[in-house]
Amino acid sequence: MAQVIGQAIDRIDGRAKVTGAAAYAADNRAERMAFGSIVTATIACGHVTSIDANAARRMPGVLLVMTHGNAPKQAPFQAKADDRHARPKPQLASDKVEYFGQPVALVVAETAETARAAASAIVVTYEKAEGAFVLESASGAAYNPGKGPTGAPSDSKLGDFDKAFADASVKIDAIYKTPYQAHAMMEPHASLASWQDGKLTVTSSLQLVESAHKSIADTLKLEPDKVEVISEYVGGGFGGKLPVFGDAILAALAARELNRPVRVALTRQQMFHVTTHRPASIQRVRLGAERDGTLSAIAHQSLAQSARADEFAEPIVFSTRSLYAAPNRMTSQRIAALDLPVADSMRAPGEAIGLLAVEQAMDELAVRLDMDPLELRLRNEPKEDPEKKVPFSTRALVPCLQEGARRFGWDKRQARPGQVRDGNWLLGMGVAAAIRGNFLREAEARVTMESERHAVVEMDMTDIGTGSYTVFAQIAAELLDLPVENIKVKLGHSSYPDTPGSGGSFGASSCGAALHDACTKLKAKLAKGEGAQGLSVTGSVKPGDDYKRYSQYAYGAHFAEVGIEQTTGEVRLRRMLGVFAAGRILNPKTAHSQLIGGMIWGLGSALHEDAVLDPRLGAFVTQDLVHYHVPVHADVPQVEAVLLDEFDAHANVLGSKGVGELGICGAGAAVANAVYNACGARVRDYPITLDKVLPALTRRQG
Amino acid sequence: MTSSPHTITRRVLGIASVVTAMFGRELQAQSMPSSSRNGPAKSDVRLTVNGQTHDLALDPRTSLLDALRDHLGLAGTKKGCDHGQCGACTVLVNGVRLNACLSLAVAREGDSIVTIEGLAADGKLHPLQEAFVKHDGFQCGYCTPGQICSAVGMLDEIQRGVPSAVGDLAAAPQASSVEIRERMSGNICRCSAYPNIVAAIMETQGKTEGRAG
Repeated sequence: MAQVIGQAIDRIDGRAKVTGAAAYAADNRAERMAFGSIVTATIACGHVTSIDANAARRMPGVLLVMTHGNAPKQAPFQAKADDRHARPKPQLASDKVEYFGQPVALVVAETAETARAAASAIVVTYEKAEGAFVLESASGAAYNPGKGPTGAPSDSKLGDFDKAFADASVKIDAIYKTPYQAHAMMEPHASLASWQDGKLTVTSSLQLVESAHKSIADTLKLEPDKVEVISEYVGGGFGGKLPVFGDAILAALAARELNRPVRVALTRQQMFHVTTHRPASIQRVRLGAERDGTLSAIAHQSLAQSARADEFAEPIVFSTRSLYAAPNRMTSQRIAALDLPVADSMRAPGEAIGLLAVEQAMDELAVRLDMDPLELRLRNEPKEDPEKKVPFSTRALVPCLQEGARRFGWDKRQARPGQVRDGNWLLGMGVAAAIRGNFLREAEARVTMESERHAVVEMDMTDIGTGSYTVFAQIAAELLDLPVENIKVKLGHSSYPDTPGSGGSFGASSCGAALHDACTKLKAKLAKGEGAQGLSVTGSVKPGDDYKRYSQYAYGAHFAEVGIEQTTGEVRLRRMLGVFAAGRILNPKTAHSQLIGGMIWGLGSALHEDAVLDPRLGAFVTQDLVHYHVPVHADVPQVEAVLLDEFDAHANVLGSKGVGELGICGAGAAVANAVYNACGARVRDYPITLDKVLPALTRRQG
Repeated sequence: MTSSPHTITRRVLGIASVVTAMFGRELQAQSMPSSSRNGPAKSDVRLTVNGQTHDLALDPRTSLLDALRDHLGLAGTKKGCDHGQCGACTVLVNGVRLNACLSLAVAREGDSIVTIEGLAADGKLHPLQEAFVKHDGFQCGYCTPGQICSAVGMLDEIQRGVPSAVGDLAAAPQASSVEIRERMSGNICRCSAYPNIVAAIMETQGKTEGRAG
């Protein structure tokens, strides 16, 4: 059997993507297709009192104006459900406005131009209610959500933190803030809905096809077999396409009303409010240590925004429970309900911003101890999971730190800030650890022999840029002993076998393990002499006990070098290296891309990204890609990711762990720590913009 | 920022299309008195795309981007922001890169337009397309057509000696990684395949990038 899994092959969908042949949701057209344009609320809280659509209705080519006054009745929203992304998402259900940017009307017209003009001609009047918008002011109303996404309790305690912290020789007690952030994937949310013989087909841009299928069917009160959801190519997700939004539901409703296909796409501006975001957070980290750097006490407490319209608890503190050894510990997770758009998962929910705090706090402790921050981390390596008290399935934080230090030239780092110059630039280096929970979800996969030498793989899994198409082809090719070119991978149709979809870095492992099962069973049948032609087997995977018996995480270490212009405070990344261990790597090429992508997201979270809230309106001021800053080419010099060999026998049959989120975890903290090392500016309020760096520069020169 | 005449043209057109988008109805009411049941009167426009000539009757508010995507079926050119902020809709107009969302289709009468669909000749990929696949210069692929078209135009700008903010104004610009990053910064890739994109572009110039560690 030729080894195909683990080979750095080119993406099998690469040609389609570089030629423009890959069809994303809004690239699809249909005969007699009409165009929908959404009108959104311009208040954050209150009621619609009237909608004057007369001018819009009079425009030639306008086919339909839908508001809460005439929208078809849909299933009600559910506050709680096992799968939050499979809940009904009723649109235009009442006159109530729960957040700025909530859809209040839909216009459908013969052309996109007319739909847009008519939407802008609709006049909505409101009765405004008082809202709460500011997280800092809401701490009194903060509450304990009870548990995190994996069912672990929101609070944890071990030993006597208060006493140990009081007794500690060296202490850090600091508050860190992270801002609202937007997924800002390149492809705006869009859906094309059409009905034929009572069956609805929605082609949309989704991460979770199965959840979306249930959500859409339930919202419209349809039997599941009367709905097909298709998402073959997805222009980025990062968590922002986990839920179903108004584009899909409104397109489906309008298409039924008009008896013709309707396409609805969100504008870039609408995405910032209609869809979800990463909540802002305020975090307190306390570390207590002996003089030799041994941690005796760790506390991590978080407060994050949740929308009053739909609770979401960003799991900020959970990985802190497994990261470093210390006998006395406490963590707590609190959220505050604000009248803002809905917060939800964004790439590495929890770790992405939790590590911005904890890993900067470790750097602060190292400074206070006068110790190399890398050495401090090595010194606090736990032998087992410090809170769960179970073994690690694998844990390669130390090798990642050591290999990274060697490759990066960490020994050239100067301990004191402001020692290294390049012309007008002060240079500094920073390090931070990466940790990201590993998950396995229930999944199914079908493999069918089209001929003696050709197989088709089918799953309702998606490829959101992660490389799903390619790694599944590799798995099937290796197990069936066929060339990769002979494997056709079909994803993103709800009629294919159920998978958990793309989210939480569990996609490749869960779906890959199900496919492994299908291929193994199919091979057994072939070995028994069953004819190949048309032979079809569905395989599956279910998480076992290993998730309780072992502490399962992927790990890594980030190294960053920044330059700071000493008169302006401008911060520029110079180079960045991440060394990671994430089980067996299914395809080093696509894994590497995900990891450097995550690292650059970390760079963005450290220096650029900030969805600025207008506290008077409860709206984000930064509503486009000019004002919401994501890293661009000029911000990204050399960024390199290195993968260490690993196989996690407790993760799944493939030995693999997710890599889609690992790269961002800790990356921003490495940049922040490099900023301190360069110039002595300790910025605890992300992002680290020049106005926050300048005071330290002024002091230096003062 | 470059100072070629093309850049100025692009800016002026950008403003014109924004004005039209804002006052579309008024302009239409003044200049198109006869509107049909299905919308405003159409304007005839002849577009030359990938060497083929198309005679279209378009709503005068139709952007070049929407004309390509929804009237000519060339959906390889992507809509990421519709405001000239992301570069996903970059096409080549008379060999110069342009954000197709910022140009009205009727303003492109007589121009020669090349889209991502027109880069591969007779099924053979353009060297940049091959290099993007080899270097994994994308993940989701949504910004990719724009990145590739932009790279084609960008390399031509360097060839023609068009200066940039990072180069030495007295010397002929080179396709260095710093120049490429500066000149490609109008094309956002949220998957952040930037290092791979730059490596792909450099390879087509016979150069390689250094490593971070």
